[in-house]
Amino acid sequence: MMPASATSAYEVAAAGRRPARARALRRAAPGAGLGLLMVLVALIVLFPLLFALSTSLKGGAEVNLYPPTLWPRSLDLGNYAAALQQAPLARFLLNSLIQSGAITLGQLITASLAAFAFSFIEFPGRRWLFFLFLSTLMIPAEVTLIPNYLTVRSFGWLDTYPGLIAPYLATAFGTFLLRQFFLTIPRELADAARIDGASRRRFLWTIVVPLSRPALATLAIYAFLSSWNQYLWPLLVINSTEMRTVQIGLALLQSQEILSWSLVMAGVILIILPTVVLFVFGYRHVVRGLTAGAVKG
Amino acid sequence: MSGRTRAGLASARALVQALAYLAPSLLVFAVFVFYPLVRNAQLSLYDTTPFGDLSRFAGAGNYAELLRSGEFLGSLRVTVLFAVYTVPAGLVLGLPLALLANRRMRGIAAFRTAYSFTIAVSIAAAALIWEWMFDPNVGILNYLLSLAHGPRIGWLTDPHWALPAVAATTVWQSLGFNVVVLLAALQGVPDELVEAARIDGSGQWAVFRHVIVPAISPALFFVGVVATLGVLQSFGQIHILTQGGPVGATNAIVYSIYRNAFFNFRFGLAAAQAMVLFVLVLAFTTLQFAVFERWVSYG
Repeated sequence: MMPASATSAYEVAAAGRRPARARALRRAAPGAGLGLLMVLVALIVLFPLLFALSTSLKGGAEVNLYPPTLWPRSLDLGNYAAALQQAPLARFLLNSLIQSGAITLGQLITASLAAFAFSFIEFPGRRWLFFLFLSTLMIPAEVTLIPNYLTVRSFGWLDTYPGLIAPYLATAFGTFLLRQFFLTIPRELADAARIDGASRRRFLWTIVVPLSRPALATLAIYAFLSSWNQYLWPLLVINSTEMRTVQIGLALLQSQEILSWSLVMAGVILIILPTVVLFVFGYRHVVRGLTAGAVKG
Repeated sequence: MSGRTRAGLASARALVQALAYLAPSLLVFAVFVFYPLVRNAQLSLYDTTPFGDLSRFAGAGNYAELLRSGEFLGSLRVTVLFAVYTVPAGLVLGLPLALLANRRMRGIAAFRTAYSFTIAVSIAAAALIWEWMFDPNVGILNYLLSLAHGPRIGWLTDPHWALPAVAATTVWQSLGFNVVVLLAALQGVPDELVEAARIDGSGQWAVFRHVIVPAISPALFFVGVVATLGVLQSFGQIHILTQGGPVGATNAIVYSIYRNAFFNFRFGLAAAQAMVLFVLVLAFTTLQFAVFERWVSYG
């Protein structure tokens, strides 16, 4: 009775939606004017980036021409080579790759473990501990900044990878995200695994984790993006040029005496390249990560 | 009796097992979130040595000094003004972009990517690009102004323009996030709702004003709160563009904390500032959770 009526209700809703969508599509059959407006808006939004790209390709003194040229007169990749070697951006990219890679991997592991406990183990104090995890979302990094700096210094971790990585190895957001996904995995699977004599640990790694690839991908992309883009913490814990991450390496390049804007813009394009690739190819995951807290579901 | 003992034993075993899974996260949170929160509260009540050690209990001394200090009150003023410049602008620019991105047409995915593209741009990269555009002599913005016979503006050196310039950079960089959230909300508005309003004879604007805006109001609110939190915590763009200057015009709260702790080596005073920031952030986060809760239950 129940399932039947639910199905028919669904069919009615779906049937009602289909013509509506067709109508909407017909209405949207683009008025050329609106299409043009959309392109124009896209160009305005992207203008700073396109202008940075154009600047990065300007050779010699063209960057200091007034009025500024929109298109470079000749395409010069010299700025990219110079940024990679002189800055040295190649080294900064390596540092950031190690830092962000380790944070991403670490968060995937710690969040999977914690989310597993919160979704598959019935234990006293579960609600309370989950609340404790969520409460860390209310504590902004800026408030723990000074003590964390003192802690990392006392560990002798200033100017090291552990100093960059360790404070970010756990994530309440990621735990929450994975828990929501784990809860959709049928309990029967856990029971079946237990009857088969599989340990909890094996159940987690051989069944839950492979089933949760979409949620893990969302967390991975989110973790990588946010650690790649970190600014304040790396600025504090890193002193030497060789240990700088891309963001602060580039920012400090700009504060040097002799400043070439075409060099800096080449650096900007290089450091956003990995995040742009992640964004364009992982758009769905990026959106899901960013809206996880905003949209019900 | 023995049944109860067995149940107690089982739940104790479950607790031990669970704690093993939670231990890595709990360890990190204990060392880098909970302990520093307590330590920061403690630091704020002490005078500290330039090395960051406690030297003398000061009670509310640091807080009293903050209230008397023109620098701190100035940084609060700057932060509020910063929010006024960025939060409404982010909504007013983000919503039309999300509406355009919500159209159903071929190739819309490309527009969605374009309109939300700044998600892929870090605050440092954004600040560097805008610093280049703000260049007083050869920058593109002053050139465009000169085409309209406008004055040459020292965007980052003029106390009147520095904060709007930092705000513009911030609005641009956060636009992509706003578009993504508002677009997701627009996609959740049922077609039937819009169709019904149309059949009732409502025009485009009326549908937008009386159907769409109320339907996505939680998302609008969410974007506003996130933007406010972003302003409260903004640092990178200020560090790159203005270093808090000119004459404190962009000395927002986190930048001020950074200066006091790591340049003036007044860790106790900076910790007190951080506590004030904590209270502000807590207030806005609570608001955000409260609305999120309502949204989930009645949405």
